[in-house]
Amino acid sequence: MRSRRVALGIALLVSALVTGPLVASPGAVAAPEAAPNAKIERANQAPTILKVGVTQEVDSLNPFISITRTGTDILRTAFDFLTVYNQEEQKPIGSLAESWETSEDKLTWTFTIRPDLRWSDGEPLTAKDVAWTFNKMLTDEVARTANGSYVAQFESVDAPDETTLVVKTKVPQATMTSLDIPIVPEHIWSKMSDISAAPEYPMVGSGPYIITEFKEAQFTKMVANNNFWRGKPKVDELHFIYYRNADAAVTALQNGEIDLVNKLTPQQFDSLKSDPNIVLNQAQNRRFDEILINPGAATADGTPIGDGNPALKDIKLREAIATAIDTKTLVERVWSGYGEEAAGYIPPMFKDFAWSPSGDQKREFSLEKANAMLDEAGYRKGPDNVRLDKEGKPLNLRLLAHAERTIDEVAGPFIKGWLADVGINVTVQPVSDTQVNEATTRGEFDLAFSGWSANPDPDYVLSLQTCANRPNAQGTGGTPDSFLCDEEYDALYTQQLQEFDRAKRIEIVKQMQEMLNEKATLVILGYENALEAYRKDSFEGFPLQPRENGVIMNQQGYWGYYGATPAGEGPVPQFNDDGTITDGGDAQTSDAAAEEDSNTGLVLAIVGGVIVVLLVGGLFVARGRRKTAEDRE
Amino acid sequence: MSDIITPTEDALVEVPPPARGGGTLRYVLTKIGGGLVSLALVIVLGFLLFRVLPGDVVQSMFRGRPATPELMAEAEARLGLNKPLYEQFLDYLWRLLHGDLGESYVFNVPVTDKILERLWPTVLLVGVATLIAVGLGLWLGTRSAWRRGSRFDRISTGVALTLWSTPTFWLGMLLLAATSGLFPTAGLVYSDTPPDFLSQALDVAHHMVLPTVTLVAVIYAQYQLVMRSSLLEEMDADYLTTARAKGLRDDQVRRRHAVPNALLPTVTLVFLHLGMVIAGAVTTETVFSWPGLGLLTYDALRVRDLPLLQGTIVVLAGAVIIMNVLADVLYRVLDPRVRAS
Repeated sequence: MRSRRVALGIALLVSALVTGPLVASPGAVAAPEAAPNAKIERANQAPTILKVGVTQEVDSLNPFISITRTGTDILRTAFDFLTVYNQEEQKPIGSLAESWETSEDKLTWTFTIRPDLRWSDGEPLTAKDVAWTFNKMLTDEVARTANGSYVAQFESVDAPDETTLVVKTKVPQATMTSLDIPIVPEHIWSKMSDISAAPEYPMVGSGPYIITEFKEAQFTKMVANNNFWRGKPKVDELHFIYYRNADAAVTALQNGEIDLVNKLTPQQFDSLKSDPNIVLNQAQNRRFDEILINPGAATADGTPIGDGNPALKDIKLREAIATAIDTKTLVERVWSGYGEEAAGYIPPMFKDFAWSPSGDQKREFSLEKANAMLDEAGYRKGPDNVRLDKEGKPLNLRLLAHAERTIDEVAGPFIKGWLADVGINVTVQPVSDTQVNEATTRGEFDLAFSGWSANPDPDYVLSLQTCANRPNAQGTGGTPDSFLCDEEYDALYTQQLQEFDRAKRIEIVKQMQEMLNEKATLVILGYENALEAYRKDSFEGFPLQPRENGVIMNQQGYWGYYGATPAGEGPVPQFNDDGTITDGGDAQTSDAAAEEDSNTGLVLAIVGGVIVVLLVGGLFVARGRRKTAEDRE
Repeated sequence: MSDIITPTEDALVEVPPPARGGGTLRYVLTKIGGGLVSLALVIVLGFLLFRVLPGDVVQSMFRGRPATPELMAEAEARLGLNKPLYEQFLDYLWRLLHGDLGESYVFNVPVTDKILERLWPTVLLVGVATLIAVGLGLWLGTRSAWRRGSRFDRISTGVALTLWSTPTFWLGMLLLAATSGLFPTAGLVYSDTPPDFLSQALDVAHHMVLPTVTLVAVIYAQYQLVMRSSLLEEMDADYLTTARAKGLRDDQVRRRHAVPNALLPTVTLVFLHLGMVIAGAVTTETVFSWPGLGLLTYDALRVRDLPLLQGTIVVLAGAVIIMNVLADVLYRVLDPRVRAS
């Protein structure tokens, strides 16, 4: 009898757990499944919520501290910047700043701040707040944690009146319209004793949404900011929900637990193709992947370090290696086609700055040609078909790879194979990410996988190849990439930083990329696509940045979340060059056909689940009864 | 979850060393003393181990974003990483003695706060799962031993062994897919659940179902198997024949005589294995994004957050050590033979 009672209890408990929460909090489960008509009616009472699944944990919601993708993505929508990258093509336009001018000597920037701006708590937002934020970073090293590099060349910051901000720089800085620094309210932050502490919620901000609640490793809640100067967003609440497990996030999207997710793998992306309620977005990404070829690493003062194969100092050898890598095949194999073929150093997503080799500059993949190049350069074949270097030693190269990255894992053997065909013996060495970083910084590599996410302003990725970016004698204090260190390149680097005419600057940046291609200290492998998906039964769509082939999440601005349009409330707004809203003529539209299905599906699932539970419970009861009967024998 | 069960069983056979001169207090104090020594070792090892690992912390912090050498030097000084190792260690010890585990590099908050926030979800998950697993394991183990060789025995032991050898991650994903839409896919609560206690509690219970089922499925087998084998050993004992001869019903013989004796090794095992269960929770927490300590440790290790790592190691190791001491003490309480020797 006892066991029967236990079994019955278990069965009851389980069914209570399955059905209980469904009954107790109908909003939680049923809401995303509601029909569109119901949704519009509901808009008057219940808030519309955009639930975004993120697979990276928030490190901090303190704008001076946060450096993770997710953290900055959230903060970008909570705090406005002086300038923002426009939706169309990621060109800097005014945000808090209405306009700006520079002095004759290019060292003084005068920004005019929009009048009548307000913080979410109603206090006025003025040039003083901006000046306080920048000055805090200049005087307090903790405040420099996340974005210190942007103020590294600031001489002074001053706000002579409420709408004027004057920044003096030590050297000319073309990047002054791309300061990625969230501006914080002085009236709140000046009272904080510890600038690195977690701020209080709701967090007073100036972006389209404000942060109201943060549950560590669970979710961040934001609500629409009525005081946002561009106008209140259509969505009432924006929730970022943390998924440690990307597959679970995909299931959650299919279940309607979340509305939007990014960072999908090609497999996950393909698996969602058959779901009629889901819209997929294959977007250009800001990341490039590359192979570094160690041209002879040295420290910032020119002392050689590391143990790179000295043969690689020969540009002819590096060129031959670059010719023997088939980037077209890699895009197919590594990203299942969800990527773009290699071109210049700046990813094609940044149309203005991107450069593509043409004519003789373009190294078409050809093993024959690579072999010919090596023969011509005097690398004779030794025994076992391995070529010998100038000193008669066989060409054995190590290829440093990230053990946990797909691209390294898949591309490694291909590269090994191609190079073997031209007589170069490659050993792939998969190690942890930190070990790759450490070894490449110390110059302890021959070939290595690497890759960076570029910003709309190319300054950062270009700086990686300069002499100044090399490490100190201990192999720290710098983040070098290929150890190029070329005088001409450095000169061009300084020149582009001092060129305030965008068109002219673009020309210089392209010239620098041409040079990187020519020097062959790095081989671009390609540009992975960003794969995103959202539910069209809950959302009409989102403004993409850039407008063509752009992303919804992790934008260099707030357009995607700000312009999020609930289903039935279309069209999706598109934002003009000056940031004003234009007609959303070219927005994705959705047919709200398959609505009923998902509803029926959920009901069926619940009914089915309950039946299964009852059956299992019943089985337990029956088993228990029979066993007790046997025991009594 | 994978561990070889035999060594534990061997260890269980070893009777704790007799306390010289008797005295429960002395015995308990010795055990606690031993525990403290282990903890001290863990503290030292926890500090050294992560510093021996390759990789420059500051370097990895600045990977992928603009950095100047000055900024990197600043960060190094702020984190105290420019000091000699022994000074860092003394700093760490001094703070630890004051109950301060330092500040997380990545999250910029005190490690103690971070751990306290993450502790209760793990305690909840591991606690509930262990209770269910122990209950289920003991019940099934008793049944299958009593009817050794029966269909129930063969099936339940087979199922238990199969589940035990199933990779936790895979089982979790399978459950997620199979119950699609019925249970939440991640976290502790939905972000839009009303803040009142009842809704929150129900929502937590709803979120707990899949992680708990996964964890129970993977761990209950050890309790079942140990219970089964220790009951089998008791079954040939003479006192059972005596009990039967007294005219007791089979059910009573089992409940009043056989099971209490067979429970002895099992109860100790429950405590000894708690540490392992916590380790197993890491995977479960990862699959279901359960915001617990296991997830925190895993993430801290990936980003080389030294203070956070040291903190979680001290807490986790501390928990295991306490459980071991408890097991020792409990064994003595439960088994009169140990007390007498």
